[in-house]
Amino acid sequence: MNLRDPAGEDPLSEAERRQIHYWMRLTRTLDDRIISLWKQGRGLGGTFSQRGHEAISVGAGFALGPDDVVAPMHRDLGCYLLRGMTPARLLASQLGRATGVNRGRDANLHGCGDLDLNIIGFVSHLPQSMPVALGAAMAFQYREEPRVAMTFVGDGSSNTGLFHETLNLAAVHEAPLVVIVENNQYAYSTPISQQMAIEDISQRGTAQGVTSEIIDGNDVGAVHGAATVAVERARSGGGPTLIEAKTMRMLGHAIHDGAEYVPADLIDKWRKLDPLERYEQTLRDDGVSDDRAFGAVAARCKAEVASAVRFAEESEWPDPQTVAEGVYAP
Amino acid sequence: MTDGNFGFADQPASTGHQKTYIEAISDGLATEMANDPNVLVLGEDVGGSFGGAFNVTKGLAERFGDRRVLNMPMTELSFIGAANGMALMGLRPVIEVQFADFISTGFDSIVQFAATTHYRWGGSVPWVIRAPSDGGIRSGPFHSQNPEAWFVHTPGLKVVAPSTPADAKGLLISAIRDNNPVIYFESKPLYRSLKGPVPEGEHSVPLGMAAVTRQGTDATVISYGAMVHQALAAAGTLAGEGIDVEVVDLRTLKPLDTATVLESVAKTGRSLVVHAANRLAGIGAEIAAVIAEEAFESLDAPVMRIGGLDTPVPFSPPLEDVYRPDQHGIAEAVRRICSY
Ligand SMILES: Cc1ncc(C[n+]2csc(CCOP(=O)(O)OP(=O)(O)O)c2C)c(N)n1
Ligand SMILES: [Mg+2]
Repeated sequence: MNLRDPAGEDPLSEAERRQIHYWMRLTRTLDDRIISLWKQGRGLGGTFSQRGHEAISVGAGFALGPDDVVAPMHRDLGCYLLRGMTPARLLASQLGRATGVNRGRDANLHGCGDLDLNIIGFVSHLPQSMPVALGAAMAFQYREEPRVAMTFVGDGSSNTGLFHETLNLAAVHEAPLVVIVENNQYAYSTPISQQMAIEDISQRGTAQGVTSEIIDGNDVGAVHGAATVAVERARSGGGPTLIEAKTMRMLGHAIHDGAEYVPADLIDKWRKLDPLERYEQTLRDDGVSDDRAFGAVAARCKAEVASAVRFAEESEWPDPQTVAEGVYAP
Repeated sequence: MTDGNFGFADQPASTGHQKTYIEAISDGLATEMANDPNVLVLGEDVGGSFGGAFNVTKGLAERFGDRRVLNMPMTELSFIGAANGMALMGLRPVIEVQFADFISTGFDSIVQFAATTHYRWGGSVPWVIRAPSDGGIRSGPFHSQNPEAWFVHTPGLKVVAPSTPADAKGLLISAIRDNNPVIYFESKPLYRSLKGPVPEGEHSVPLGMAAVTRQGTDATVISYGAMVHQALAAAGTLAGEGIDVEVVDLRTLKPLDTATVLESVAKTGRSLVVHAANRLAGIGAEIAAVIAEEAFESLDAPVMRIGGLDTPVPFSPPLEDVYRPDQHGIAEAVRRICSY
């Protein structure tokens, strides 16, 4: 469904809608496999699940063109995948192998940057990706290139001064920046009610002079529609946009966290709104796809992830002799 | 007046190839902006006809256009963060923090993002932060700091601290051309008090190379920034007493040119490190350790250090004067190491 015009045609072709479904399924499959690997003791360090965030990372990322730049965060596996970072590279990174995106230098999705794919890697300090994406947008402006930068940020991170500073600066410069706020109700164990006194984070964008809106973060059509409008606005000189996507973090903060502090009925409520199941239903209703096709997609994703696991686990470890390499750019 | 220009701004400009230290910085900036359209300046109050709290960027907006000289709100964390993004996209931003003291407000963008990115995933972050640093000019705890040790302790950064007008220009140009984040500590007390010859046009001084500023045989004084001039003054005094002092100006603090330091110490057998930053865990501690490890056999005396006291930088002259190293203390310390 296209939330911009619920009665209207979906602006995406059927093929594009099937692609979006594929990326969401691949994201879910890889995410599930990462969780099971870690539970089997085959992981390395900690890792994050993104379960429940597929519509946001895929829907928003799908609105970008190949020359646009994205600075995702730790729940945005889907965005990495659809930009061309393969499950094999991502898993090898998570397992600390030489074949990983960062050659064993950074953990889980951290530091999975690759400018050939126009992905900027993140640091732990949230929301450091925000001003960096803004700077990329300002560089495009400076060189008069028709490119857009997009970044993602959580509800917890929206409380920082840096969040407000960045929106303010983006508004002053009318920068071609799209900020996706993933309001998943929690920052680690802290519910949103203990983080802020306002109902909607989008107010913070409005306060800084950034066009801001709220969408259903579990409806990929809504996310993609809003992101497309924001990207077009940015590209045509209309300045930055903040999109608050309301969702729920369905598992713990990270793999070690059972999230017993989250009320069960809250999870139950959101489980019924699962973004992947909802999109499959929409595609069925619209006659774009069917269960047989979904089964084929699931099988394909499973096979891709299985081969990625093999690749990662069989990959060599980084050579200890290289530990000091790359601290400085030549 | 808190963020004033300390009465220096009204002094007449120098002419010809003789330039003040601050004019040399402006010259370096303008030279590299003319060379490379990817160089742009950003910071608080740097734009328009104003040109920054110290007027370093004065005239740049008129000459290169407002798009290349961007005023920023007083939000160091986000505008240094934005410079990270610009640099990743191939620009070479030169950031002015109004005073080095305010660099702490941008700390995460520097030490977490900029410093680690190339090591982690290969993104290169070629910016320069110009940080007007140092005291002795009665500016109190928040306009006098020398925070270089924080950054020397951070892998992935480079740190420079010129002591002469020629180096101020040449190191700035090299810093801008370097493909890594470089913090350029410029010395406020030298801004308009120090004049020297500065090559016109193209002039770069390589990063990572110390200079032997004065040749000597009896003791080595290792320093950087404004303290180099105190060391030279002390060397002049000591020459009258028959003590021949060699002065090494580090110029770059990271990467450190330990070879030049060790070569000098091998010759003199005595060494003193001097900086205006507080002594505890400062650059001097590192240099003393390197000398102890690498030049033990040539030492005739313990390696000594002089630095600021382990206090905030005090405001009132009688307090700042005991806080801050000077030529008299340096001369006294050299006499001591020469008495071994
Ligand atoms: C500046 C900073 N402080 C603390 C942390 C540790 N930390 C990692 S994620 C997190 C919660 C983030 O919450 P939110 O922004 O809502 O993102 P979510 O994990 O819910 O997707 C915290 C506290 C951090 N990464 N950065
Ligand atoms: Mg959250």
